[in-house]
Amino acid sequence: MPPYERLLIPMPPVTQLVRSPDRGGPVQPLLSVRNLVKHFPVRDGFLARTKRAVHAVDDVSFDVAKGETLGIVGESGCGKSTTARLIARLMLPDSGGLLFDGDGVDEFGGMSLQEYRRNLQMVFQDSFASLNPRMTMEDTISFGPREHGVGRQQARTRARALLDRVGLRPAQFAQRYPHELSGGQRQRVNIARALALEPRLLILDEAVAALDKSVQAQVLNLLQELKTEQGLTYIFISHDLHVVQYLCDRVMVMYLGQVVEVGPVAQIYSAARHPYTRALLSAVPSMDPARRTSKPPLSGDPPNPINPPSGCRFRDRCPHAEAVCASAAPLLHGQGNAAHLAACHMTMAGSGHSAAPALEIHV
Amino acid sequence: MLAYLLRRLLYTLPIALGVTLLSFLLVYIAPGDPLNAIAPADAPAEVVTALKSAYGLDKPLPVQYGLWLTRAVQGDLGVSIASGRTVRSEVLSAVKNTLILAAFAALLGMVAGVVLGAIAGNHIGGAADRFASGLSVLGVSIPHYWLGLVLTIIFSVWLDWLPAMGAGPGSSAAGGNAWAWDWAHFRHLILPGVTLCVIPMGIVTRTVRALVAETLQQEFVTALWARGLGRLAVFRHVAKNALPTILAVAGLQLGYLMGGSILVETVFAWPGTGFLLNTAIFQRDIPLLQGTILVLCMFFVALNLLVDVLQPLIDPRMRRV
Amino acid sequence: MTSIVSSAVPMPDAVLAPQVASAGYWRSVLQRLHRDPVAMACAAILLLLVLAALLAPWITPADPFKASMLKRLLPVGSSGHWLGTDELGRDLLSRLIYGGRLSLTMGIVPVVLAFVIGTSIGVLAGFLGGKINMVVMRTLDVFYAFPSVLLAVAISGAMGPGMSNSLLALTIVFVPQIARVAESVTTQVAKLDYIDAARMSGAGTLAIIRVQVLGNVLGPVFVYATGLISVCMILASGLSFLGLGVRPPEAEWGLMLNTLRSAIFNNPLVAALPGVMIFITSICFNLLADGIRSAMDLRR
Repeated sequence: MPPYERLLIPMPPVTQLVRSPDRGGPVQPLLSVRNLVKHFPVRDGFLARTKRAVHAVDDVSFDVAKGETLGIVGESGCGKSTTARLIARLMLPDSGGLLFDGDGVDEFGGMSLQEYRRNLQMVFQDSFASLNPRMTMEDTISFGPREHGVGRQQARTRARALLDRVGLRPAQFAQRYPHELSGGQRQRVNIARALALEPRLLILDEAVAALDKSVQAQVLNLLQELKTEQGLTYIFISHDLHVVQYLCDRVMVMYLGQVVEVGPVAQIYSAARHPYTRALLSAVPSMDPARRTSKPPLSGDPPNPINPPSGCRFRDRCPHAEAVCASAAPLLHGQGNAAHLAACHMTMAGSGHSAAPALEIHV
Repeated sequence: MLAYLLRRLLYTLPIALGVTLLSFLLVYIAPGDPLNAIAPADAPAEVVTALKSAYGLDKPLPVQYGLWLTRAVQGDLGVSIASGRTVRSEVLSAVKNTLILAAFAALLGMVAGVVLGAIAGNHIGGAADRFASGLSVLGVSIPHYWLGLVLTIIFSVWLDWLPAMGAGPGSSAAGGNAWAWDWAHFRHLILPGVTLCVIPMGIVTRTVRALVAETLQQEFVTALWARGLGRLAVFRHVAKNALPTILAVAGLQLGYLMGGSILVETVFAWPGTGFLLNTAIFQRDIPLLQGTILVLCMFFVALNLLVDVLQPLIDPRMRRV
Repeated sequence: MTSIVSSAVPMPDAVLAPQVASAGYWRSVLQRLHRDPVAMACAAILLLLVLAALLAPWITPADPFKASMLKRLLPVGSSGHWLGTDELGRDLLSRLIYGGRLSLTMGIVPVVLAFVIGTSIGVLAGFLGGKINMVVMRTLDVFYAFPSVLLAVAISGAMGPGMSNSLLALTIVFVPQIARVAESVTTQVAKLDYIDAARMSGAGTLAIIRVQVLGNVLGPVFVYATGLISVCMILASGLSFLGLGVRPPEAEWGLMLNTLRSAIFNNPLVAALPGVMIFITSICFNLLADGIRSAMDLRR
């Protein structure tokens, strides 16, 4: 259960919701995630003593640059959704912190949680569960602004304008209930609601996964337009590698709660450095009938995030695993290319792996 | 499995403790000094003090509770103020009578409920269903003490087939323990038993009807039909699926009847715990009141625990690894 | 990056719907209820009973408290006393009408109070979760461990006879039951994504509960509570029957059953009449509650 929040002191009413100004300039990352850790205890034994834990997120750090779309990919259970919830502060991490445009989030001396909530919004996967079945679309979208002090009529006008912007005619859709809309329409409403507070960063947690392909395409185009129009930054979580390739500027690959590779999308898709990424990409069938998949790229069972293996977590399924992989956990490093990082002994000079490049010593 | 048992036990223990606390404290929410019931109003001071210490009423409340609880756990529930006998003996003989009545009513209600519910569930929407559902609504809506009166009027006053009151020869309001399974006694059981059984009948009918209807809709039943099983064989399968829930409901109903029989017992002057409770309340007999409430609730809690424990044995879906 | 689909292509899903605003959920519930003959009949009967209770001082043919030793236990159909007289010679019809006031009050008021209190406790416990939830629910479990009749009798008996004591006892009996249902529904609702979305809007806990949660919880709890009214009526009259509720010379159906008990040998019809009233009221409440439950079921 997410922790309940303190009863927030109401903010002084604002007549207009304005997007927060840029503070650090284009070089400062919009969001900086530092060493997030989240373990869930597994209740075992008849006295419910904690013996084991699910290592959902283990020391995850990354930056999101202003105006970019960062994709996060990985199998089920790799920790992408947990990471999203930690970033959205719907869950508190066991350790680690966030920096939004240079300000600490929900920390002493940083920005308050309510301020952060104005800047960061999330679109969830289940379009139906994300909407209150008893509220009209208009009321759902105006809820956020009203809680921040916007007057009723103004909030309503704003909600209608947003509905229009996402492609739903207000006259038709404003008074409707969730069960009267299709999946694609509901997801548009979710996007409209996310935009209602003028955020700067939007997390899309498998936002198009449940939609038909044709509808997916429309929603993705809408997201592109909105991003350019309003100068948004996206974190796009997905397991669909095609969509990620289409939409994202940079891609981050997660495995068993850790980041294993991160880099520009073109480089990842053409020259992935981590064996897991390569396996993932080769699992995507090609459109070319001449290039058929003859053997499965990944062997072994999907991982169990409870008490993960020592050293490199991928070593049970990695065809190139060696002794050093069990004893030492690889660190994310660039090997000369600071933009493209991977956590694998094979690519790190001097790691002890037989396939690692030789260590260059400059005298 | 053992882990599950221990966990249920650990969960029940604080509840049971809370129940004892509540049973103990109930009498103290009453207006007025509990001493008024024991000593006459004009008693001299030394007598009052002596009585106070004899009943332990001069000690602080938590101490009284502790003493009472320790004694109760060992089986000593004090002495009834009104009758002078030990609370334990009063309650035990009363419990026996109530158990007979409750078990009889529960059995009757269960059988009637299961039969009606099965018929209704089998023919959803049909005449049998409407009839059974109608009976079930009646069972739940009827004030059972009034039903008792009506049955008494019909069978005692007009037809004179069955006795109106009491539990047969040898028993009395003083809690005589002369029950025997013969007609002389059994004829006293019929009217109160039938009266009391309408409540479980109503509830069990509704539950079984829903259960049977739901089970019949499941795909495995269609598969059974497709394999050519006859009605009886399919019914056996359905019964096996419904059994855990039915048993749970049965257990709970028995517990409820044990605790809630006071109204019917009052109507028929049945010398059970309900009747005892009635007397204890009106005579402000505190030890008897505390003891009776305690025993009845413990029964309920124990029955709940039994149902919880038996469930996984019967229903493999509930077995925890 | 180039778009896969040009945004000029018209969206296929936003086209053919009518331009009228959709009817509210509650309005549709009322419509469905209107078409249910059983529920409507019960509602009509209950309305009649409530009206009779409200207008009692003006419609009773005789003084319900006027006793007359000469007119004791007159049978049903006697001139001037259509439903006979009770053991003290008071007109039974008048006493039944007056009795409705107290019996209906004792049946409805505890449920209403328990609804307000129980829902508040249950929703807070369900939404806040964690230790608070555990403490609250375990405490309620202790009360739940008493069979309701026993609890009502025990509290009522301990506090002494009287209508207000019984009302209090009955409220205490029903609060745990309603709180349990409210907590269970709230816990399920709190897990859904739209609550997370509401949190993300920066709203405070109370605002989320008020705007987002309550609307979804009140429905099921309300249905449950309406089903409890008939139980409460029977229990309340039962308390008076035992001598623990309303005290003589007030008129109340359960109390009348008690005082008329000895008359079952002389005038059984009169003795049974108060119970008929309890029965009719209780069954009407039950059938109406069933009707409301079906009407609220969106799946039909």
